[in-house]
Amino acid sequence: MKLMEYQGKELFKKAGIPVPNSAHAATAADVAAFIRANPGSWVLKSQVFVGGRGKAGGIKFADTAEAATPIAETLLRLVIKNNQAPEGEAVRSILVEEKLDIASEAYLAIMLDRATKRPVFIVSAQGGMDIEEVSEKHPEAIVKYAVDPAVGFQPFIARDLAFAANLPTGYHKAFPKIAQALYELFFSYGANLVEINPLVLTKDGRVFASDAKVELDDNGLFKHPELAAWKNDSPGNDDEAAAVAIGLGMSNYAKLDGDIGVIANGAGLGMGTMDAIRNAHGVAANFLDIGGGAQAALVKKSYALVVSNPKVKALFINIFGGITRGDQVALGIVEALKGDDLRKVPLVVRLTGTNEKEGRAILAEAGMHPVETMDEGAARAVAFAKSSGT
Amino acid sequence: MSIYLDKQSKVIVQGITGREGAFHTARMLAYGTNIVGGVTPGKGGTTAESGKPVFNTVREAVQATGATHSIIFVPPPFAADALYEAHAAGIKLAVCITEGIPAHDMLKVVATTPGMRIIGPNCPGLITPGESLVGIMPGHVFTPGSVGVISRSGTLTYEIVDMLSRAGLGQSTCVGIGGDPIIGTTFVDCLRAFSQDEKTKAIVLCGEIGGSDEEDAAAFIGEHLRNTPVVAFIGGRSAPAGKRLGHAGAIISGNTGTPESKVKAFQAVHVPVADKPSDIAALLKQRLELVGAR
Repeated sequence: MKLMEYQGKELFKKAGIPVPNSAHAATAADVAAFIRANPGSWVLKSQVFVGGRGKAGGIKFADTAEAATPIAETLLRLVIKNNQAPEGEAVRSILVEEKLDIASEAYLAIMLDRATKRPVFIVSAQGGMDIEEVSEKHPEAIVKYAVDPAVGFQPFIARDLAFAANLPTGYHKAFPKIAQALYELFFSYGANLVEINPLVLTKDGRVFASDAKVELDDNGLFKHPELAAWKNDSPGNDDEAAAVAIGLGMSNYAKLDGDIGVIANGAGLGMGTMDAIRNAHGVAANFLDIGGGAQAALVKKSYALVVSNPKVKALFINIFGGITRGDQVALGIVEALKGDDLRKVPLVVRLTGTNEKEGRAILAEAGMHPVETMDEGAARAVAFAKSSGT
Repeated sequence: MSIYLDKQSKVIVQGITGREGAFHTARMLAYGTNIVGGVTPGKGGTTAESGKPVFNTVREAVQATGATHSIIFVPPPFAADALYEAHAAGIKLAVCITEGIPAHDMLKVVATTPGMRIIGPNCPGLITPGESLVGIMPGHVFTPGSVGVISRSGTLTYEIVDMLSRAGLGQSTCVGIGGDPIIGTTFVDCLRAFSQDEKTKAIVLCGEIGGSDEEDAAAFIGEHLRNTPVVAFIGGRSAPAGKRLGHAGAIISGNTGTPESKVKAFQAVHVPVADKPSDIAALLKQRLELVGAR
């Protein structure tokens, strides 16, 4: 689950990471009212999940309530686009934040590193909007430290990082405390990533987390029921919602561009099935992994989800049972095809592995005859989709 | 010979009386796995459906049976605890089938359970064909032989092994290492074990988009396995960048974990990358003939 800046900063405050004074506002009137009550120089920051809002014009400045109103109105109508999100994301709300007198911008993050199986600190003196460019062109300006989770955070790690990254001396006093708080936040919330970019040093010598990017591990969310409300704000991803609605894991379904529906057991076989369809000169309409040990009801719901995509012209169900049992899958298919409530498309089934015999018997009784291999099934599904016309 | 598992390995099942635990215990026993008992807290002293004794704790099970291996069928919130319990009781190798364990739980488990090899989590387990199955794999597709198989995916492994078996290429040991971001045993760990196993003459490595484990594996092969025939496969090459497809691991972001970077890494160490699973057996046969001709 990704958090928006204002949500991340709420966690920062609890963890003791210094953040600028701010107020979270849903409307232009709220923004104006806050500035009227708190005279000063303020930054209006669009709240979205996508990155690149600064470059997209999503961050503006205002010194008075009168000036802030039209700016806030414009921001709240803005759609932020970047390379990863070409369709864009509408601005949801505004964080009104104290304008900082910036002397220096650094970068500080901690993330789960698969390769070392450790949390890794990443620090650079060259923070700000172009950190990715820094990492590409000046990798030496970025320093890392993999923490042994059995030892945990120790202050020397922060000193080591601060000196190795050549952070300006103004940071030195505050940095170890901030790094420790970041490490504790990372662990107590089970985060995949916590990033502060920029970590600002002001001209009067104060250090603030001026932005907050937090990504939590979905598998660990059950430990934090207090964050459940934020879950609803989390990116309006229809695929995730559709998957969860039928009882699949949230990353078990993804809609794609093609016209051949895919249902497989296991992510690897699901991806392999998409690859096989591509090899047969077709394009998958979706990725759907029924997971391990799916029962008949889930198979039927998965069928319904796939054919609800009007682009789907043929469906390939590819099952190689391990923990998933062939008879359960076959029962689900037969159930899905009963009655007229679900759209029928040409269907190719491949069913092998655990309880294969029982499953095939159920399909045979319903007049269905599975193909033997994944390549054969993919080729047949592609042929069905092509012959069905447009 | 084989790696990690043979006919003598004494295995217990943590969660032996649960739905999946009971079902797969019966299948493992039918395969010939030396299952000596199981653990379900509160049901100690009873006998499981499979006829095996049930213990309240792993410690009791190990003391009574001398088990060295454990397979864990425990729901995600309790899986880390089950792994710690196995470690504390002296288990040497634990296979964790559970899907959906918090990554931070695994981070701590992996860092604090020295001396215990963990396979998984979110994996199909491991099998030494003809000897022992500690996992949820469909045993009948495997045949004894000399090809080592390592895979991040479960079901895709069955697919690949089925084709190897049909092509007459039996397997020494097959390890499903799991698809999660933090796993106990990596490609490199398995490659190192296979490189020291006399029975293993060739290796099939089934990777996936995302992460850098395949790149690390390629580097290891270049250094230590130059004379062993190896064929690789990368699942998810048709996946669009940025889409999260099932496995937490299989997500392409930035320039890391792309299929191109993985294919390039393997090609650099002369490991052919099969375009599709059905090409693997033929490619491996070619490599074996090349070695035989030398």
